[in-house]
Amino acid sequence: MTYDLTFAKEVYKNSEEGHWIKMCMQCGVCAGSCPLGFLGAWKYSPRQIFQMVRAGLRDEVLTSSDMWMCTSCYNCIVRCPRNLPITHIIHGLARYASVQGKADPKQPTHQFAKDIFWENIVATGRVGEAALTMKLYFKDGIGEGIKQGLEMKDSALGMLKAKRLKPLPFRGKIKGYPGFKAMLNKAFELENKKEGKA
Amino acid sequence: MKEYSFFPGCSSEHNASAANMETSVRSLCKMLAIQLNEIEDWNCCGASIGYAGGGVIPRLSLSARNFALSKQQQGDKDLVATCAACWLSMRETSERLAHEPEVKAKVNLALKEGGLTYDGGIKTRHLVEVLIEDVGWDTMKAKVTKPLSGLKAAGYVGCQTNRPFGVAGDSFENPQYLDRMIALTGATAIPFAKKVACCGGALMFSEQEKSCQLTRDIIQCAVDGGADCIVTPCPVCQLNLEVYQGKINQLFGTSFNIPILYYSQLMVLSYGGSWTDAALHQQVVPADVMKKFV
Amino acid sequence: METKIGCYICTGCGIGEALKVQSLEKIATKEQKIPVVKNHPFLCGDEGVALIRKDMESEGVNALVIVGCSHRVKSESFRLGTALMDRVDIRDKCLWVLDVPEGDKTAAEDRQMMAEDYVRLGCVKVKKMNDPKPFEATTPFSKDVLVVGAGIAGLTAALEVARTGYKVLLVEKEETLGGKVANMHKVSPARPPYNKLEDNPLPKLLAEVKGNSNIRIMNSTVVQKTVGAPGLFDVTLKNGSSTAQERVGSIIIATGYTAYDPNKLEKHLGYGSSPDVITSLEFEEMAKAGKIVRKSDGKPAKRVAFSLCAGQRDSSHLSYCSGACCVYSLKQALYVIENQPDASAYLIYQEVRTPGQMEDFYRKVQNEGGIFIKGDVKQVAANTTGLTLDVDDKLLRQNIKMDVDLLVLATGMETTVDTVDPNSASPVGTQVEELPGSVLNLHYRQGPGLPSLNGPFPDSHFICFPYETRRTGIYVAGPARRPMGIAATRTDAAGAALKAIQVVESVARGAAVHPRAGDLSYPSFREEGCTQCKRCTEECPFGAINEDAKGNPLFNPTRCRRCGTCMGACPQKIISFANYSVDMIGSMLKEVEIPEADEEKPRILVFACENDAIPALDMVGRSRTNPLSPYIRIIPLRCMGSMNLVWIADAMSKGYDGILLMGCRHGTDYQCHNVRGSALAEIRLSKVSETLTRLQLEADRVKMVEVNIMDAETLPQVINNFVAEIKELDPNPYKEF
Ligand code: SF4
Ligand code: SF4
Ligand code: SF4
Ligand code: SF4
Ligand code: SF4
Ligand code: SF4
Repeated sequence: MTYDLTFAKEVYKNSEEGHWIKMCMQCGVCAGSCPLGFLGAWKYSPRQIFQMVRAGLRDEVLTSSDMWMCTSCYNCIVRCPRNLPITHIIHGLARYASVQGKADPKQPTHQFAKDIFWENIVATGRVGEAALTMKLYFKDGIGEGIKQGLEMKDSALGMLKAKRLKPLPFRGKIKGYPGFKAMLNKAFELENKKEGKA
Repeated sequence: MKEYSFFPGCSSEHNASAANMETSVRSLCKMLAIQLNEIEDWNCCGASIGYAGGGVIPRLSLSARNFALSKQQQGDKDLVATCAACWLSMRETSERLAHEPEVKAKVNLALKEGGLTYDGGIKTRHLVEVLIEDVGWDTMKAKVTKPLSGLKAAGYVGCQTNRPFGVAGDSFENPQYLDRMIALTGATAIPFAKKVACCGGALMFSEQEKSCQLTRDIIQCAVDGGADCIVTPCPVCQLNLEVYQGKINQLFGTSFNIPILYYSQLMVLSYGGSWTDAALHQQVVPADVMKKFV
Repeated sequence: METKIGCYICTGCGIGEALKVQSLEKIATKEQKIPVVKNHPFLCGDEGVALIRKDMESEGVNALVIVGCSHRVKSESFRLGTALMDRVDIRDKCLWVLDVPEGDKTAAEDRQMMAEDYVRLGCVKVKKMNDPKPFEATTPFSKDVLVVGAGIAGLTAALEVARTGYKVLLVEKEETLGGKVANMHKVSPARPPYNKLEDNPLPKLLAEVKGNSNIRIMNSTVVQKTVGAPGLFDVTLKNGSSTAQERVGSIIIATGYTAYDPNKLEKHLGYGSSPDVITSLEFEEMAKAGKIVRKSDGKPAKRVAFSLCAGQRDSSHLSYCSGACCVYSLKQALYVIENQPDASAYLIYQEVRTPGQMEDFYRKVQNEGGIFIKGDVKQVAANTTGLTLDVDDKLLRQNIKMDVDLLVLATGMETTVDTVDPNSASPVGTQVEELPGSVLNLHYRQGPGLPSLNGPFPDSHFICFPYETRRTGIYVAGPARRPMGIAATRTDAAGAALKAIQVVESVARGAAVHPRAGDLSYPSFREEGCTQCKRCTEECPFGAINEDAKGNPLFNPTRCRRCGTCMGACPQKIISFANYSVDMIGSMLKEVEIPEADEEKPRILVFACENDAIPALDMVGRSRTNPLSPYIRIIPLRCMGSMNLVWIADAMSKGYDGILLMGCRHGTDYQCHNVRGSALAEIRLSKVSETLTRLQLEADRVKMVEVNIMDAETLPQVINNFVAEIKELDPNPYKEF
């Protein structure tokens, strides 16, 4: 039955800032503030996603690529008349979809944010932009990567010339890396407990 | 000399995308007697897409580790960032640690594994806040020796320096501080409707065409307004507007070639700094229009 | 007693520097023959006021022409114990609105002429005033208050009146007191933090009412008819077959609402198709009995849907919002879900309207897990497991099905007051001994009910005097006046109680209630001149005038608000007040000096309503940035309704080039303090072109505009544009005569 609260309660409990969703009054201010919305990039606005959570549409929400369209512009957050931390709720739902294995692994932002960006941090403690770029190009295999690389070569060359990109995509780890890694491991252990994964 | 603890962020590293910001900010600080002490062995802040891989506790631990190091190395000094995304991550972390005891406890459990602890107390600030609040408009203006008269600049504040925290209590919808900074260098801030529009942020990597549509509109608005350059405080904005101009031209048949500068570059130049002090040699779209001011 | 007028000219506030005060004095003395004329550099100061007082004591001055600033400032200083007074405003409406550049002789001369004319007007006005004698009745005034209806509104009003020491007669048609609130389980929050249900306030209130010796309760009683006027109402009360007559001073109607009949609603809402489709009032009774169950089989109702706006805001049922149903549905949702994790409440709404602090209550219900769906119930089907609703969900943008145990229809409120639309036919009532369905059965010439406005609820001058009706001394409180919930009703009842007390005190002194509070004058007419045209009895906005058997007007001075509409309406010009008359204004306008046509100084007469236009003009003066034309001459009227067409004819034959009338906004969002005054003036004026054509003048010479008290910024343009239009025309040819 629609509007069964099982899924809503799951989100309220497990997804970052998810409990706020019940306070949304469906005014639509967030929908009208979201930059990619005007380009038709999403099917469901934050407002709709929230109502879908309350309506119990678990699959539709978690498999949606709309949460991954958030540019983190924080427009919605400063405008919401009900003070919902919308940006964080959307990020939380994206993450929750990922953790639940519902998010498409090939969704570009999902893939970039999780597999490339986050892994890049974890690997060294800092983001190496060159490595990031390389990985991004080659995420869909060598052929795609070369094509993308060629397409973007002007930009990359420009950056190189301006000395704003390292010629070699390697960087060392931060000095305190072992401690850093231990910290993250512990943090994940605590996080997974909350998300009901471990 | 005013002293601060400093978090440069990944994009401000040597040979990184915001190296021009880093250089010009260093010059600016020197001119204004601000000393920035870089935290040793800092780690990435997680920026705006850290949520996907990180979740709450791992993500917040990143900045918490930097806080802990800052406290160890610099005591209670305010922690300053120049990058919008870094500043936002740090602000968010400090707010959550201050207001959510449970989160703070968990983060400390994680820090402990790395031999650190953080009990709060460090104030995280954007360099622009330091300039406005600690240096002051009058001092900033008094330093100008070579006014950038005749330069028309579109002050592009973007998102993350402005929302959700905002600089110095300024408006979210129509902040004034950047226009004031432009004006103090002697340049003219043109009325700019896209002042706080989104450039696509980190989605420039994963949703390039859509993000390019956003940046196209922003650049178009500045060009229509007669701007010689776009000025921003944010390295993500700077990158998205500058480096992808070629791509935008290719996608939409435009012929943009407008320099995207940092407020710090304008200020350094107006204070009599050199081309390299202002890191103007590190632009991808050459800033020829600035040559007459050197 | 002879009147002896003193004219005191203030030379302060720049007046002495700008104007030739001696000329002003000369006009008062020589031309107007005022016996005492003096000037003082600071008239509102102690010394200035003492000067006037001294003359009043030793010289026998008893009427005053005070020349200085607007009557709306310094009124305390010049309250000198005489009603025969005019404040001639040559500061705010002359000095401060004219642009006189240094050395510009013509402009200075124009300003002097304006000030001189205003001195003339003031002198004539006071000469034409008589000291008003308060109205005295032949039978004794009552100060008792009748409260009709003993629900939450009536009980509150009765108690508020009684606590101040006045006697109350509380009449209830049912045997038991308490009205609809008696059946309520809990009430929505009226106290911070506005998120907790509160206990029913009725038992406590009822006990207090019953224990108050100032309150006489008559249950099972209705009002059969009401004759008379404030202070002098004779009310016939009927209890079973016996009747009794009581005299009261004022009346509070607190008869509440009737819930809209759910059987009139569309079939798709399901009322009548299953016992599990009920109204809010039925649900409330269930909750009070502690049994929220399916009526069909007695099983506990765990899933309850509320359909808000069940007929409200729908032109085929009730076109208006009932105001309180969103909040009481929230309350009822809490009955279902609070502390009951396995229960759900669905609120199917159009908009959730929770003004003021009720927004906190809305949040509370959201936080408790209330589910809000913007949409419409499309169909209700009863089956063994309960009801299945088809809902057009406008948030999900799809049709959904929901299984629930109960569907509660939040039906709207209808007033219990018999109202008539004053704009429909002429609201004339035949007077009958008994009129079932009429709350008061008023024996008024304009009908037994109350005039309404734009809908069935009684007109109440929403902006300024919300508790009022258009029948002086009769106040409506609670949902009988407009839809409202309990908290608002209690505030409303307290407001009406104060009004009811105010009126009995005022009329006993012979004084008017607002907008001319304290005015002792009242209209009288010269019977010999009357043609029984009935204009006055029909047009009086407050139904103050009855008719005698011959059709002559019978004034009820305690019903009268002193607007002068009757005076303006009378074609025979036989209605007047001691201090306001057709002759007074007619004489004033004739006193202005009209320059010869070849001087090219047109004269524009401005009739300005004292309630809104005059304050707006004062604000124009105070801003001192927006100059007015020096050719205007302003005469304040107490209400545009008092404008008699003879003044237009008089002014035209005197040689004025144009006339501008500034009255309040009229229509359904009227701002006229006397409700219909400006509207009636406009109607009268539509006939003026005849007069003008007869005089062979252009119709454009007379114009009426609506002026709001906030219009100070745009007003100068309105005035100056009119002056410019008039200048386009040839000068009024009657100047020559
Ligand atoms: S702006 Fe806030 S309240 Fe409005 S729809 Fe979005 S989340 Fe809900
Ligand atoms: S922060 Fe994300 S969800 Fe909110 S308006 Fe920006 S892009 Fe949309
Ligand atoms: S306020 Fe009025 S009475 Fe007083 S000095 Fe000024 S003009 Fe005269
Ligand atoms: S208060 Fe709510 S339910 Fe009642 S009529 Fe108004 S909008 Fe409809
Ligand atoms: S028209 Fe006005 S002045 Fe005349 S009786 Fe009615 S209320 Fe009184
Ligand atoms: S308007 Fe004048 S003439 Fe007509 S009924 Fe009234 S008093 Fe008589």
